[in-house]
Amino acid sequence: MGITSKPVVFAVLSAAVILIGTTATVFIPLFMPSTQPVSAYIKPYTAIEQEGRDIYMREGCNNCHTQTVRPLRTEVLRYGEYSKPEEFAYDRPFLWGSRRTGPDLNRVGGKYPDSWHYTHLMSPQGMFEKSNMPPFAWLAKNKLDTSYSYNKTSTLGFGYSESDVRQQISQYKATVTDDAYPSKESRDKVTPPELRKELTEMDALIAYLQKLGRDVKNMEAKK
Amino acid sequence: MNEAGYNYRVVRGFAFSALFWLVIGLVVGLWIAFEMFNPALNLTPWLSFGRLRVVHTNGMGLGFSLAAIFATSYYMLQRLTRTALAFPRLAQAHLYLFNTVIALGALSLFAGMNTTKEYAELEWPIDIGVVIFWVMFAVNVFGTLIRRKEKQMYISLWYIIAMTVAIAILYIVNNLEIPINLFKSYSVYAGANDANVEWWYGHNIVGFIFTVPMLAMFYYFLPKATGLPIYSHRLSIISFWALNFAYLWTGAHHLMLTPLPEWIQTVAMGFSIFLIAPSWGSVVNGYYTLQGNWDQMRSNYLVKFFIAGITFYGLQTIQGPLQGLRTINAFFHYTDWVIGHVHMGTMGWVTMVVAASFYYMIPHITNTELYSIKLANIQFWLTLFGQVMWTTAMWIAGIQQGAMWKATNPDGSLMYNFLDTVASLYPYYKLRFAAGLIFFIGVLIFVWNLVMTVRKQPRQAEA
Repeated sequence: MGITSKPVVFAVLSAAVILIGTTATVFIPLFMPSTQPVSAYIKPYTAIEQEGRDIYMREGCNNCHTQTVRPLRTEVLRYGEYSKPEEFAYDRPFLWGSRRTGPDLNRVGGKYPDSWHYTHLMSPQGMFEKSNMPPFAWLAKNKLDTSYSYNKTSTLGFGYSESDVRQQISQYKATVTDDAYPSKESRDKVTPPELRKELTEMDALIAYLQKLGRDVKNMEAKK
Repeated sequence: MNEAGYNYRVVRGFAFSALFWLVIGLVVGLWIAFEMFNPALNLTPWLSFGRLRVVHTNGMGLGFSLAAIFATSYYMLQRLTRTALAFPRLAQAHLYLFNTVIALGALSLFAGMNTTKEYAELEWPIDIGVVIFWVMFAVNVFGTLIRRKEKQMYISLWYIIAMTVAIAILYIVNNLEIPINLFKSYSVYAGANDANVEWWYGHNIVGFIFTVPMLAMFYYFLPKATGLPIYSHRLSIISFWALNFAYLWTGAHHLMLTPLPEWIQTVAMGFSIFLIAPSWGSVVNGYYTLQGNWDQMRSNYLVKFFIAGITFYGLQTIQGPLQGLRTINAFFHYTDWVIGHVHMGTMGWVTMVVAASFYYMIPHITNTELYSIKLANIQFWLTLFGQVMWTTAMWIAGIQQGAMWKATNPDGSLMYNFLDTVASLYPYYKLRFAAGLIFFIGVLIFVWNLVMTVRKQPRQAEA
């Protein structure tokens, strides 16, 4: 065998062999329309929702929760409409996950009121005695850092101006700190008094959870 | 140092780094295994499951496995080329940088710096560190190969070359990201494409860490330990090229029934089935090497490790492709079955082969005998029993939860709510924790045995 005495040739040949399948199934699809469909119904995340998504990533929620509903009868029955490729157009990275220690979250938006999420995140065991989900009460004790929000949304190409982002933040802050906010009671229960007039990490995370699948519901309704 | 001037200092450094990260990774593994049935251990943010799980997977995959690979690669490279390392000081710097990067990586994951792409969770500054130490390794590999005194490159060297090239491509392509600041970045790919790139990486990084270099060890240390030549050189050539060719097409079997275009999934399914052939090429080669000498299973303590290891590799490479079939995948995906599958590979195949390689290599590089063969035998049975119990518990848990997710009442409605299916798994999670503990005790004995072996130094072979 000639090449077993030529290490550099051997390495080049290995690389070529490795790159054949890679090119066919990974590199070429990068540029195919079928892997990146778009829909006018699918809107980018607001700055707050994206901050919530980053907290979801930081806490590794994707280790236990998937975000893709498969086109299987019992799955659609359990979670709702199966996942479509266009709904992930703004997801960088994707968060489909690989293990369902907890349920899929791709259709969780709008399923429960905000108050449900405040109470559940504060103590999953308080709501479901047998749950093994870690409690996340401490997220309500952290003030949301929005100093990179504009930088983030512009890097992701969401098309917001700096004042759009500021407005989105102040608007969401006004919503959750309003005395008329329907989930005020449960929010106050988990949020320390000094942060009740501020945005917390838990507020942002819930905003993100409520966005999941929302646009698809509109898309399906109008079909 | 030794007659041929080989550099064993760096081999030893990496070997004991591997043992260190092995123990750390397993402690974290036990911790999260406990959290799975009792969430009370989520004591602080940095001890919560979502953060710890990635410390476990990265600690074992990049910490323990890479260190073991570097140790054995530097050893095999020098022995098989009959040449000292081309750049010994670079290798020493590689050792220090590697441990620094892994330690910083672990701390950053504890702190929640997590890109969420599986087995590529490290943020971009750490990624750069990984790429740098990989280049340092590659320079030594090719530098030594070019200067080699032995003309023909043995099978193990092919696998080391393939790994060196493949991991560089995989790691860089999947980790392309745009930084926001020092602690945060976003993937350059979006949605289905990001998923496709990630699982191309996720599947192959496992292949080129847990399969390819482990086969390099297997092909080198099995003949060394037994004094028997590999059964078929031709079979090893065919297996090598077929494995390298087919592996890269199969990542999308991790994305069955997701919004990824169906043809990519189907191609992945086909190549996954094809992969059984080259994988079993190595299994058959291993078994036939012992043809007529099976008595060594009794007389040579190392043979057990290799044969048990290659057997689990064989089972793994049948189970994996079958899980990739769309209909079977629909049932098993997202359940604990897959967790069982991964751990048969890591606890069964990887641990066995690394243990045998270290038991052979460490006494060799320190000019001494193994501290205790008896302890090595005890370790073998503890890790074997722990692993089989561990994986079996997860397979049963996976079948049970998969069936419960699909169960419907006569009127077509779902029979179980999600929480029922989770709560039904707790007995298996407790069993898994117990099995993990048994395995861990085995590993502690392994580490102890090697530490004592080195402490016997210098040159007390008779003692």
